[in-house]
Amino acid sequence: MTGTLLDDLYRDILLDHYRAPRNHRGIAAPTCSADGANPLCGDEVHIDVAVAGDRIVDIAFGGHGCSISQASASMMTEYVKGRSVAEARAGVEAFQQMMVTAQAAGIEGFDDIDALLGVAKFPARVKCASLAWKTLEQALAGEGGAVTTDERSAEHVRGI
Amino acid sequence: MTLTAHAEPGARLPFDLARIRRDFPILRREVAPGVPLIYLDNAATSQKPVQVIAELTRFYRDHNANIHRAVHTLSVESTELYEGARAKVAAFIGATDPREVIFTRNTTESINLVAHGWARKFLRAGDEVVVSEIEHHSNIVPWQMLRDERGIVLRYIPMLPDGTLDLEAARQIIGPKTRLLSITAMSNALGTIVPLEVLIPLAKVQGAVVLVDGAQSVPHLPVDVRTLGADFLAFSGHKMLGPTGIGVLWGRLPLLESMDPFLGGGDMILTVSMERSTWADVPAKFEAGTPNIADAIGLGAAVDYLAALGMDEVRRHEIEITDYALRRLGDVPGVTIFGPPDVRSRGGVVSFALEGVHPHDVGQVLDTKGVAIRTGHHCAQPVMTALHVPATARASFYIYNTVAEVDTLASAIESAAAFFHRGGVGI
Repeated sequence: MTGTLLDDLYRDILLDHYRAPRNHRGIAAPTCSADGANPLCGDEVHIDVAVAGDRIVDIAFGGHGCSISQASASMMTEYVKGRSVAEARAGVEAFQQMMVTAQAAGIEGFDDIDALLGVAKFPARVKCASLAWKTLEQALAGEGGAVTTDERSAEHVRGI
Repeated sequence: MTLTAHAEPGARLPFDLARIRRDFPILRREVAPGVPLIYLDNAATSQKPVQVIAELTRFYRDHNANIHRAVHTLSVESTELYEGARAKVAAFIGATDPREVIFTRNTTESINLVAHGWARKFLRAGDEVVVSEIEHHSNIVPWQMLRDERGIVLRYIPMLPDGTLDLEAARQIIGPKTRLLSITAMSNALGTIVPLEVLIPLAKVQGAVVLVDGAQSVPHLPVDVRTLGADFLAFSGHKMLGPTGIGVLWGRLPLLESMDPFLGGGDMILTVSMERSTWADVPAKFEAGTPNIADAIGLGAAVDYLAALGMDEVRRHEIEITDYALRRLGDVPGVTIFGPPDVRSRGGVVSFALEGVHPHDVGQVLDTKGVAIRTGHHCAQPVMTALHVPATARASFYIYNTVAEVDTLASAIESAAAFFHRGGVGI
């Protein structure tokens, strides 16, 4: 039964995205980008977005972290690429709702992402899955500047 | 009536692992049906024996009253228990005068008390505070704050790749401008035992004050302030079988007397008029407001428990189990162990990485096997930076852990490797 619980969390599609992340690269001339961190886990994600008109024409991510944070970032980039900024924002909202309610979002294009549903049962891991989405939201709000999703990123400690 | 915590003070008990385990009710619980708890997160906090839990209950049931301020029976009893706990803690660390023991919330507060009460009063711009690269954030951030406020200079003794400190560099860094050496006795992230017998004399020759962060050492190693050579020793109750919310700052009496109070309020004053106040004597000067009476008394019971086992026996047990864990985990394919290879140079902490599996995911798989470990940066980000890893998985041991539990840990790590390398089937 412990296997069932773990299999629920680590679905095959999630592990596939972790091992072969999509859009794991940089963008030469992003129109906006953001950095996100879960300082307590050490998960870090960097997101570059290229917006033309109201459309996300390219998106890429970098960074490192656990399988859930990285797979979620990979799935997020696949979902938003080619969509409008408004659709991307709706996707962020739908994802956050999914983590809160533990119900499938049931929206078009979320097929792989629904595999992250199991994460909602593990409160300690929700922040891992949410990191890339929150960072995307910040990037889209950032008007081309880089922002950080978590202000506890321990600048004090890095100053040695 | 004399109110003692439990058993006879000074009575020595044999180190009987089965009996010890029976004293910890939580070790009998399951984290899921059929999955017993294997608690290996002791560097974060220890579990509590029935003797400590019973002492807390007994205080609230039979004696609860505020201390120091009333003539009624309960207040007299509470005061006697609270001050009795102070005396027990003092004896446990070899302090001859219980007034040198200040009750705080935890190690962090104890270090901040020195930063506010001593360093802010006596350090000037350009004075140097020396720490190390393997400190817990609680022994870095207060000094960075003081640096930003007062212009002191903060210097770090670097870590070598094996997790030990660079003693040659330390000889260069500790110098005439050093006013304070604030150093951990044992790294919480790697288990490294710091050679204080080398470092403290280097600081003392320069006339510097020495603060030892004993959060990891006092619960696990014999510590005696009479031979330590330090001026301050900070530690937490909850990592040594005691309750959360109670910690200790030990300091040499003349230093404590020279310091300013940290918080102002009730219980820390001698007199108060509309114009001015005068401070109470040590330790009351540093214990403003109603203190954490019950948990201090609980810590007294914890200290009784450890003293009855004997800290040399605690250390012997932890060397045995850590030595086994280093060999057993070292044999697991894909496991890299961080920190000193010599078991005598480390406490009961094994920080490791599993190739291709993030520590967070290792911890998640282990939890399904009932094995509780810590994953993350362990509040020691400079250590992670020096090791070039974002995080590690950490198993840490205490008096109740067994080699059988280490076997379960090792096979759970093997399961995690199999799970992530095979694609999530067959665990």
